[in-house]
Amino acid sequence: MNKQDKHPPIIQLIHWLSAILIIGLFALGIWMVELSYYDEWYQPAPNIHKSLGICLFFMTLVRVLAKTTQAKPEPIQGIAKWQNKMADLTHLFMYFCTFVILISGYLISTASGKPVSVFDWFSLPAIFSYGDTQADSAGLIHQYAAYLLIAIVVLHIAAFIQHQFFYKDQIIKRITPLK
Amino acid sequence: MRNKLTKVLLAGLTYSALSVSAWAANYVIDDDQKGAHASINFKIQHLGYSWLTGRFNQFDGSFEYDPKQVEQAQITVNIDTTSVDTNHAERDKHLRSDDFLNVAKFPAAKFESTSIKEVADGKLEVKGKFTLNGVTNDLTIMAEKIGEGKDPWGGYRAGFSGTTKFALKDYGIEKNLGPASTQVYLDLHIEGVRK
Repeated sequence: MNKQDKHPPIIQLIHWLSAILIIGLFALGIWMVELSYYDEWYQPAPNIHKSLGICLFFMTLVRVLAKTTQAKPEPIQGIAKWQNKMADLTHLFMYFCTFVILISGYLISTASGKPVSVFDWFSLPAIFSYGDTQADSAGLIHQYAAYLLIAIVVLHIAAFIQHQFFYKDQIIKRITPLK
Repeated sequence: MRNKLTKVLLAGLTYSALSVSAWAANYVIDDDQKGAHASINFKIQHLGYSWLTGRFNQFDGSFEYDPKQVEQAQITVNIDTTSVDTNHAERDKHLRSDDFLNVAKFPAAKFESTSIKEVADGKLEVKGKFTLNGVTNDLTIMAEKIGEGKDPWGGYRAGFSGTTKFALKDYGIEKNLGPASTQVYLDLHIEGVRK
């Protein structure tokens, strides 16, 4: 595959790291809220979830920066224009959901004005609080935006399977170093 | 004739109005919408190693109290359970959820006294119905009068403190916090301004 058909290496790397983090954070989130008070993970699991979430936030900022500065690969040959448009919109919507989840998560953690700690490495200060119900409303948004994002991830993977195995247009090579 | 009837009616009305105010003074609790000289606090053991305290920031209520006729006294307090505050936003969120207070379904708790008697000088046994998480049970508050009298701004106030405790599971709160943390203790400090 030619270089102009591939995503730049930085985008490839962040794509796969994000995939692991987003799916991992979703599973961790679903699991940790059901832990009993005496579970040994009751305290560490949310701390890991928050720390990884902040890492994903900064990585996604770098990703957006790279996306806007690096060359975009050529569209796949023989795909209708509207399909490319739809794919672009879906990708854009995934970014949107990701930021909604990341910001609402930050708002839950900082609702009472406390900073959120990232692996005892550094912490992000609370920037603003909008009242007593912040943790609740941000929590609701965090939860449903996550369901929505995972639903789109499933769609994204289904589209990959269709292209890779049915249309055989080798899209895996666009987002990996495979030749 | 008509005049006489009016007089009788007026006299009757005046008499009944007087008699109501005579048998008990009516007080409004000085809650956070007014001067906030009242608080509803709770505490529960954490792991059996310490006390975790919190409070409800929003509530209102009124009471009737006459020191000469304590058994005629009555108190009603309504608590907005969404206002639970333990100085930790994520814990408060958890307390509002259906693991604990279930405020989406039951945003109000209420205590309404059914009988009050003076068990010692200034010590009151306040029996009543307490509703929390949609469950109503009998609850007895041991209370004491702190004081009453004129305030510097032309009003008249009376204040009480009370304590009580109950088991979380009696109010349908089944979340397991461990063997040391099955009971919650309430500490009430109530100041009323006479109407």
